[in-house]
Amino acid sequence: MRIKDHPILHFEEKKIIQFYYNNQLVEGQEGDTIASALHALGVKKLSESIHLHRPRGFYCAIGNCASCNMIVDGIPNVRTCITPLQEGMKVETQTNKGDLYVK
Amino acid sequence: MLNKDLVIIGGGPAGLCAAKTAAEAGLSSIIIERSPKLGGQLVKQTHMFFGSEKQYAKTRGYNIAKILIDDVNRYHDKIEILTDTTVVGLYKDKVITILHQDEYRKIQAKAIIVATGASEKVLAFENNDLPGIYGAGAVQTLMNVYGVLPGHDVVMVGSGNIGLIVSYQLLQAGVNVKAVIEAAPTIGGYKVHASKLKRLGVPIYTQHTITKAFGKDCVEKILVTKLDQNWNPIEGSSFEMDVDGVCISVGLTPMGNLLAMIDAQMKYISELGGMVPIINHEHETSIENIFVCGDISGIEEASSAIVEGYYTGLVVANRLGYHHPNYMLLKEDYESQLNNLRSGPFGEKIRLGLAKMAEELNHVK
Amino acid sequence: MLNKTGVPTKEQILSRFPERAVLKKPKAIIECYEEIPCNPCSTSCPFDAIHIGEDINTKPVVNFDKCTGCGICVFNCPGLAIVVASDVKERTQFKIAYEFNPKPKVNEVWHGVNRDGEIICDALIEKVMLTDKNDKTALITVSVEQQYMYDFVTIRGKSNG
Repeated sequence: MRIKDHPILHFEEKKIIQFYYNNQLVEGQEGDTIASALHALGVKKLSESIHLHRPRGFYCAIGNCASCNMIVDGIPNVRTCITPLQEGMKVETQTNKGDLYVK
Repeated sequence: MLNKDLVIIGGGPAGLCAAKTAAEAGLSSIIIERSPKLGGQLVKQTHMFFGSEKQYAKTRGYNIAKILIDDVNRYHDKIEILTDTTVVGLYKDKVITILHQDEYRKIQAKAIIVATGASEKVLAFENNDLPGIYGAGAVQTLMNVYGVLPGHDVVMVGSGNIGLIVSYQLLQAGVNVKAVIEAAPTIGGYKVHASKLKRLGVPIYTQHTITKAFGKDCVEKILVTKLDQNWNPIEGSSFEMDVDGVCISVGLTPMGNLLAMIDAQMKYISELGGMVPIINHEHETSIENIFVCGDISGIEEASSAIVEGYYTGLVVANRLGYHHPNYMLLKEDYESQLNNLRSGPFGEKIRLGLAKMAEELNHVK
Repeated sequence: MLNKTGVPTKEQILSRFPERAVLKKPKAIIECYEEIPCNPCSTSCPFDAIHIGEDINTKPVVNFDKCTGCGICVFNCPGLAIVVASDVKERTQFKIAYEFNPKPKVNEVWHGVNRDGEIICDALIEKVMLTDKNDKTALITVSVEQQYMYDFVTIRGKSNG
């Protein structure tokens, strides 16, 4: 789902970043946010609503709406649309309110 | 506690331009921006901007961002920049609290310019929370900043300038735009944008709206319904469209949350996009020495945000005793530029909104 | 109707063109039908052939005596609303703005499209200009049969013709 050829913008080859999505080893690239990397992999469902467990994905891309909240390295409620992707991150779909007590 | 003469909240076009004229007048400032980069929404705009030369017409948005950032960097001795830093508290006595990762700090300012811009509105329809349904601005960010496609077969809801421009940008990225859907009887944005889409084969359905989305983990299909003169759905007129992405472009609304913290006088003015602070001619809110500029004071084009930024930086500097060498000339020029931008038929909405604002200001006095 | 469909009427279109005879030389045809605050066409014209004036909402007017059809306004218009048209050697030639990939190549034949987006003819690619000055908006010179002067507006995809 990555744009290779664009008439206005130039997307250069970027360094690959490996991270974990629901325990699976996947790849993103330097400059990605967690959400953009997942989107490039075709993952659109990022979280579930707290009560009815409806699938949610990103909507605003600017950190306002919280539809993109995921658990990152054990910490819930991370706004993945504005969080830069880092090597080795463990990203999980958040399906509840988020347990803030990180053991 | 840090002491700063001028704190500018928001590093988009309005904030950057305010910092520049303030610096020209000799006033130092600090720009606090929650994103990792400056430039606001300009950085994802790949199209050429309208307006006049003074507002960088015919320049692509991301190049305008570069120009404004370069201007600010030229005054590195006067303008301090904090990115990746969120303002979490704003107080009437002009104290600002900021959070950078896990670090919390306090700033005492003499004057503050709040230039936090706007956020996208949401449209209510069944299953509007399905993944694959995005704000149009969000899709621009995804495509133009991160180089990721939002989908392959997309429908745009809303035919204002953002809806029309983003539809064109989707086509440039290789996405099939199946239709532009507009609830009003006429296209909302500039017709030159609509003409571009028509000749590229994109159908535009006026008096239509999206009434339902279908899909398991992502949108797969939508229901589009025709509306009558009274904006009511016409029974039996619905048809389905297979999509894997929907862009919602139904307007922007000012992001004035911080102003609620200082109990600034606000009013709901729909022509300006929603809740806006009541401001005087110098863009000052009801709280002394707290000013606003850009979309937070009313939704307009980026060209207006730029001029409002220059203007507000100028008057705030003057207020704090820093007189720009060309103060009167520039002040008149900025006022005249704004009048010009707002004087045509597309400026009617903003003129109405500003008139309501002026009325409210008099009423409050 | 322009407001509902984005397609101007025949009358609106014709109002932008000079007399056919004038188009023996290339001239700018500006299809800007609304008062938008915008003036780069006027400020970028090296021959001072496009008039807007102080109030930038004013619709641009081309002085066809001064216009040389150079095409600079074509890639400077933020609305991509301008083409240059002329009758040359029994064909009609257009200079159009183009912002897509892949770009056409000289001597290729592409589909010619009208304002409704319908394919109406073949368009022969005669020249492709894309330098730094264009800032990513290519200026493509194409030629079509003369009957399409008032219908052709852009190209879309290579034709098999």
